[in-house]
Amino acid sequence: MANVSLDGKALARIKIAAFCLALLPLGKLGFNACLDNLGANPIEKITHVTGFWTLTLLMVTLAATPLRRLSGWSWPIRLRRMLGLFAFGYGSLHLLAYLVLDQFFDWEAIVQDIAKRPYITVGFPAFLLMVPLAVTSTDKMLRRLGGKNWLRLHSLVYPCAIGGVVHYWWLVKKDLSNPLAFASVLAILLGVRVAYRLGGPLFRRPKPARST
Amino acid sequence: MKNYHYPKIPAAEITPKHLFQARRKFMQTAGGAALAALLPQPLWAAGGFGEIKKSEFSTSEALTPLQSVTGYNNFYEFGTGKDDPAARAGNLKTRPWSVRIEGEVKKPITLDIDQILKIAPLEERIYRLRCVEAWSMVVPWLGFPLAELIKCAEPTGKAKYVEFVSLHDPQQMPGQKSAVLDWPYREGLRLDEAMHPLTLLTVGLYGEVLPPQNGAPLRIVVPWKYGFKSAKSIVAIRFLEQQPTTSWMQAGPSEYGFYANVNPEVDHPRWSQAKERRIGEFLKRKTLMFNGYAEQVAPLYAGMDLARYF
Repeated sequence: MANVSLDGKALARIKIAAFCLALLPLGKLGFNACLDNLGANPIEKITHVTGFWTLTLLMVTLAATPLRRLSGWSWPIRLRRMLGLFAFGYGSLHLLAYLVLDQFFDWEAIVQDIAKRPYITVGFPAFLLMVPLAVTSTDKMLRRLGGKNWLRLHSLVYPCAIGGVVHYWWLVKKDLSNPLAFASVLAILLGVRVAYRLGGPLFRRPKPARST
Repeated sequence: MKNYHYPKIPAAEITPKHLFQARRKFMQTAGGAALAALLPQPLWAAGGFGEIKKSEFSTSEALTPLQSVTGYNNFYEFGTGKDDPAARAGNLKTRPWSVRIEGEVKKPITLDIDQILKIAPLEERIYRLRCVEAWSMVVPWLGFPLAELIKCAEPTGKAKYVEFVSLHDPQQMPGQKSAVLDWPYREGLRLDEAMHPLTLLTVGLYGEVLPPQNGAPLRIVVPWKYGFKSAKSIVAIRFLEQQPTTSWMQAGPSEYGFYANVNPEVDHPRWSQAKERRIGEFLKRKTLMFNGYAEQVAPLYAGMDLARYF
């Protein structure tokens, strides 16, 4: 298996590309909003697009570790913090779209939604789980917490991603194809981790790649 | 020799000239539209109906823009996305089109769309439309009361319900290649609901022939019920003794009932129905009982537990 370790320049280039790609959906949304091009129900559109990219980016960050283990690549791990923060950013916009655009601070309705609507009951805490992860994403916080504690805290990403997918699953009226796609990807990403734990020979850990 | 007297024609039998002309215009438009369908231009670009009777049942609320009415649709026959119908309904062939009238009727018959159009004069009805997903529109429909057609069909004494069956043809309706609902789409009303003067057999909107994505060439509009009750692209109307099981009841019996009356007090199990977003508005507005048609339709449900018969 090729050990792809990249020099700093190449990594920087990949990072810039990933940054632009992750920003693209937001840029497109803003552009279309300015042109009044978000369709008949712009609030719904904004909510759906930001929710979709929150989940997508969560899946991407969860793919980094299995990718390294299967291929030996280390660069996905190096992008993970940035993409995780993007997931948090889109998640925040998603929540804000709900609070401000959809409900317009109708706190009574919001509290009722969280208590009574299962997809919001599960979606809201799933978002909250992202907050400590974002707050502790800096190098400083990693050092402060110590690697082990930091890792333990960041395993909150698993219930967060599961909650996000369940949130999507429960809110669609009938057509489950999109939530099903996310659920399948998540099942594979989590399944690979379980397989590692069980130590199947197929999944033997390659020698750790030396990062440059 | 006695003078011959022409039989007197009751005034009610005489079609007013503007309606006669409007109907003629519709026929021409529809004919033109059939030709236009061969060209890459929207079906409804062919022209209007001319003068049409305004209805006393119309609301004076601001109309939802045509672009939203024809671009934001739930019509799963063409896909589950809101913009799928506008993008994918272009191949729907709306002429020739016939509708089977069957079941508990004195004489089952298949009517051509042109015959149906001759049953009664067209009128414009500006109705509120409330979707079960908590958004709403105001749409100027064109049609005539479904009751007119039901009278022609002469249901037997056994008929208690009316079932509407939509077209099932995956070639024309690509959304039907997916089993998201049990095709063909079936909806139903109690006979008295179907006979209610608000229930409109609809052939147009905004003064034009119904666009395919809005249920061309023939649909019903039941303004006090959630939108999914208003069956589109109808090919059969069945009179039944027993309450039929509709497509949505079958898909989610705990979420979609037979009645599906707009009711702010009975929530969908997964979301609130207390408020709605009128398309084009920012703040939500309160949903009205029976979508604001309580005065006309509440007596139909006197004594019924509406939480149970949702």
